[in-house]
Amino acid sequence: MSAPLPPSYDVDQLLGEAQIIVCCGAGGVGKTTTAAALGLRAAERGRKVCVLTIDPARRLAQSMGLTELDNTPRSVKGVDGTSGGTLDAMMLDMKRTFDEIVLAHSDAQRAQQILANPFYVSLSSSFAGTQEYMAMEKLGQLKAEQRWDLIVVDTPPSRSALDFLDAPQRLGRFLDGRMIRMLLAPAKAGGRAYMKVFTVGLNVFTSVLTRVIGAQALKDLSLFVSSLETMFGGFRERADKTYQLLKEPGTAFLVVAVPERDALREAAYFVERLSTEHMPLATMVLNRVHRSRYPALSAERAMAAAESLEDAGESPVAAATLRIHSETMRAAARDERMARSFTGAHPQVPVVTVSAQAADVHDLEGLRAIGADLAGEPAELAG
Amino acid sequence: MDELAGVTLHVVSGKGGTGKTTVAAALALALARDGQQVLLTEVEGRQGIAQLFDTPPLPYEERRVASGLGGGEVYALAIDPEAALVEYLEMFYNLRRAGSALKRIGAIDFATTIAPGLRDVLLTGKVMEAATRARRGGGRIYDAVVLDAPPTGRIARFLNVNSEVAGLARMGPVRQQADSVMNMLRSRQTAVHLVTLLEEMPVQETIDAVAELEAARLPVGAVLVNMVREPLLPAAQLTVAADGGLDRDDLSRGLKAAALEAGDALVTALAAEAGQHARRVLLEQRERDELIGLERRLVELPLLDDAADLAGLYELARCLDEGLLT
Repeated sequence: MSAPLPPSYDVDQLLGEAQIIVCCGAGGVGKTTTAAALGLRAAERGRKVCVLTIDPARRLAQSMGLTELDNTPRSVKGVDGTSGGTLDAMMLDMKRTFDEIVLAHSDAQRAQQILANPFYVSLSSSFAGTQEYMAMEKLGQLKAEQRWDLIVVDTPPSRSALDFLDAPQRLGRFLDGRMIRMLLAPAKAGGRAYMKVFTVGLNVFTSVLTRVIGAQALKDLSLFVSSLETMFGGFRERADKTYQLLKEPGTAFLVVAVPERDALREAAYFVERLSTEHMPLATMVLNRVHRSRYPALSAERAMAAAESLEDAGESPVAAATLRIHSETMRAAARDERMARSFTGAHPQVPVVTVSAQAADVHDLEGLRAIGADLAGEPAELAG
Repeated sequence: MDELAGVTLHVVSGKGGTGKTTVAAALALALARDGQQVLLTEVEGRQGIAQLFDTPPLPYEERRVASGLGGGEVYALAIDPEAALVEYLEMFYNLRRAGSALKRIGAIDFATTIAPGLRDVLLTGKVMEAATRARRGGGRIYDAVVLDAPPTGRIARFLNVNSEVAGLARMGPVRQQADSVMNMLRSRQTAVHLVTLLEEMPVQETIDAVAELEAARLPVGAVLVNMVREPLLPAAQLTVAADGGLDRDDLSRGLKAAALEAGDALVTALAAEAGQHARRVLLEQRERDELIGLERRLVELPLLDDAADLAGLYELARCLDEGLLT
């Protein structure tokens, strides 16, 4: 009994039709490179594309001209525009995106107060979920500009791929929550009756907080909370809106992974989660897959031949190449097993593979080769 | 190792995908010599230790998970910041009932997610508490504590709780707690080890992390190079093969001598695979040179056939025992 093959997938059709492509997956699986390669290929096939990246490797960023952190899309040089397409790219500055929301929704004096508050600084720069939320916020902004046919989003390097779906709502719920409203209550003139219900809890709360973090910090906190309250009518509503954007037709999710247990486990969770949320999963992209150029010569035969040469003390270079071939075959078989076990559990998910590269990609040529590989074009395997 | 002789807290960090949890677990196994007790902790809520040892998710409670390499015992603890805060309130303020009241109104969630630095103070504070916890009748309960820490991109900030918390509390108990954590982290009792691969991004992040840790006066331990593969080509042939210049006739003769059908397609395929291998090995050598430039202790760990296999974990533990601890 052999494991089923995954359904095939037409990447070029996706690149021709989608309006938003979200690349998600565990950290370190090559999400950013995949997003950039897809964006470049779509642009060179005639679409106006924007790639929103979160935390690109330095040299990849440089290759796309992303040397400035100014939080706006910049045109990428060196793209073949003969089909009429263009490629813009930007790197998300999470804090700046948050600051811009503050500046846009409050008067100058209050904005300065908020921006300087230590609790705001913490929320905007280190709250688990802010980056995810700001990525969604930015996506919403870019979409509203209507300048691009296709926006490719690279999701933040979360500790778990699922954070990306949960964080915006979590942040929204948090800012809109009971706790926040309670802290606000004393600041409101009509809050007295409302207060009574919570008085006991609140007293315990404030006295604990004063003892643990000190009175000044408590003052900062309630100032922060009351400033936020005037600024956002309903933060949760905002989070829900960006979440809805992901469910619209024209949005496609790609789950990116590598043929390793942890990455595939994250990918599997993600696939199931997307399905329960009714979000459209296009395909899985499996990066760093080892492929042999001569599968007819098995790992065992190659190894036996290498050993016989070594025993006879002949042709050390030929023996070494045979060992390399044997290792390549074994790596390819291991990757194949990993991919098959994923497909066994998720037979409906297409899998697109990209071969392992000897070095990281840091120029458009490299991205082009990966794009061709993603689309299944028979290109010379990049070294 | 002399410089690690007095170390009781081993912090293990690394870029995502470098195998930092696996290496942290292997280090705990290596440290657990006969009669010794070692605690392996994680702080990111990933339950990576449970997956590694194939046990059910760890509660906020120290559980024995394995026997050490030298016959000692390895315990594991997944530190949850909310539970740590409740415990902290109980311990220092005798506020047991307050804990559950605060939880009900969402204050615990609030405090552990937004109060600047409080989360890291709680996590590092709990690690320190375990590392210094006294046995009845003297001595410490744990001979060593290994922390599977946040990734290299965040490690200096995570450990530098003192400055993180400064924006929040200039005095008071939280500040005192942060100060005593900082004293331990900056002392010779602590070593921060960085796990990396011989690839561009992990090496660059390692170099950046060393600089950040040094700037924060945190003690950098060893650089642990994971998943190292043996080069298969003779050194003299590496550049030739990388440039696609292997002698095809020589290769063809060798294949015939090994009784293989040495057709053109096979020779081309083998030369190309050897070229890719050689380019990778050359890149790895450059990355290794970068790491050597750090002038830190380097320990290389082999690539395992199955990294999730328990036997492999002990193999890594032996490598660490030889390369790092003796």
